Amino acid sequence: MPWFLRPKKSIKNLELKRKSLPDGLWSRCDGCYETVFNKVLRENFMVCPSCEHHLTLSAWQRVSLLMDKDSFEEHDSDLESVDLLGFKGVKSYKDKLRDEQKKTGLKDAILTGIGKIDGREVSFCVTDARFIMGSMGVVVGEKIARAVDRSIERKVPLIIVSGSGGGARMYEGINSLMQLAKTSAAISKLNQAGQLYISVLTNPTMAGIMASFASLGDITIAEPKALIGFTGPRVIEQTIKQKLPEGFQSSEFLLEHGFLDEVVARGQMKDYLSKVISLF
Amino acid sequence: MGNEERLNFEAPIVELEKKIEDLKSFAESEKIDCEEELSMLYLKLEAVAKNVYASLTPWQKVQIARHPQRPYSRDYIDYLFEDFVEMRGDKKFSDDPALVCGFGKIDGKTFAIVGHQKGRDIKEKMACHFGCAHPEGYRKAWRLMKLAEKMKVPIITFIDTPGAYPGISAEERGQSEAIAANIMGMTTLRTPSMAIIIGEGGSGGALGIGLTDIVAIMENSYYSVISPEGCAAILWRDKDKASEAASALKIMSKDLLDMGIVDDIIQEPRGGAHRNFKKAAENIKASIFKYTHICENVAIETLLDRRYKKYRQMGQFHESPMLKDVN
Ligand SMILES: [Zn+2]
Repeated sequence: MPWFLRPKKSIKNLELKRKSLPDGLWSRCDGCYETVFNKVLRENFMVCPSCEHHLTLSAWQRVSLLMDKDSFEEHDSDLESVDLLGFKGVKSYKDKLRDEQKKTGLKDAILTGIGKIDGREVSFCVTDARFIMGSMGVVVGEKIARAVDRSIERKVPLIIVSGSGGGARMYEGINSLMQLAKTSAAISKLNQAGQLYISVLTNPTMAGIMASFASLGDITIAEPKALIGFTGPRVIEQTIKQKLPEGFQSSEFLLEHGFLDEVVARGQMKDYLSKVISLF
Repeated sequence: MGNEERLNFEAPIVELEKKIEDLKSFAESEKIDCEEELSMLYLKLEAVAKNVYASLTPWQKVQIARHPQRPYSRDYIDYLFEDFVEMRGDKKFSDDPALVCGFGKIDGKTFAIVGHQKGRDIKEKMACHFGCAHPEGYRKAWRLMKLAEKMKVPIITFIDTPGAYPGISAEERGQSEAIAANIMGMTTLRTPSMAIIIGEGGSGGALGIGLTDIVAIMENSYYSVISPEGCAAILWRDKDKASEAASALKIMSKDLLDMGIVDDIIQEPRGGAHRNFKKAAENIKASIFKYTHICENVAIETLLDRRYKKYRQMGQFHESPMLKDVN
């Protein structure tokens, strides 16, 4: 029976069912709890076919979604984080980095480069939420600053797709906080140079990332139902000692409060970006 | 100094101080000479105090930075600046007492001043949200900084916040946007600026008034991307590991100076600024004069260029051109 004809099942039954399924073939949608064929999900850019929930997209998947075929050229791919603090927690930062690199195939939480949208060149950055929650350490800050420089040099628009639940990267301590300063300073140069910057927010974009470059777009858009804000909902709930209302800090909430230009579904994202950059 | 709140690690000092007091009153009431014993005790007290304060752990220094009697921004403003004129409100939504803004003079020279205010009594604490500012606070600070730029006066910011306010209203009014706008705006302000971390430098809430030409920190203050408790809760999954987190995060004044995050450390009287407020305030005053004088003798374009480069170069990373094609 095809997935869209199957009756809705309870979560418990799905859990039982999943166990009997071979690993890596199916995923469960966080939106409707349906099990979906991974192949179908990938072809649909990780948007659930039954409820249109937007699942996490890897940085390279985002490149294929938004950039013209074979147009993307990665830059600064050799930048790697160093353990500036000699951080000793439950796990050392060095071990953590090695594990995350192995898991994601990325050197750090961001991919940057030059690509084309409908034939128009752009300086493109996309964070990868799978790498230490897409948090911003020195490498993420530096690669964004360099992408801004490229945008200025080549006189092309800048697009940054953000997705970070952690914001700043604790393992790099204060150096991580200073990346808010670095990226914001870079964007102020972009503004002086008169180049366009479109900020695209995806689930989740929080804390240090949102309190710097992600909030500084000339045009700011978000994917539907993404979690976007400064303080994480759990910390707010602990502070005010009450449950937050449904939809608090969602894309739609930000649109309503005047902090977004548009909520754009993944399927329409490339067309939207293309339309905006064609204006200037 | 008898009615000051003392911290746990100060117990050996407090014990000796009590012994001295007891002996003094005993000598007085019994009319006997205890000078020799007293001077011995004073020597011992000096040695013990020296030892305690010289070997403070990062977590103990965090306790000093948060000491309930530590001088706050308004204390320094009242002591250091004459003719202080306060600016209130962001002219968009409301005022926020958690960020004090205004202009005042030191020795006839006008400065723009922004400072986090934690609140001394419970009423003020509540109004200031314990030093956690709302977006309107950051937007008010921006209004002041633009006026400072227009009138060509240097900006002094006093940083003392656990972090920007974490609540519903702050999110609704764009806490991230307000902080980001300030951070970006401060990179190109055409007037010299100096930040002084006088207590807690809590993450984005601190940086929201902290991107300046000069950043100085008081000896027992800290500046961190996350509170030690927050870091402990996330990485150790145990809030009681805050002491370990405070060490691991390298948040103390000397660490920050070594990493090039701050430009100078302002010395505090032994035991912390609250032990001798006037001395602490005078040290701040000297530092303000030293650095604003240096900045004002640099052409504004050069100053802006230096400021940009300072923040553009923050943090190290590894780059190996040899690996460029492997990926
Ligand atoms: Zn679904």
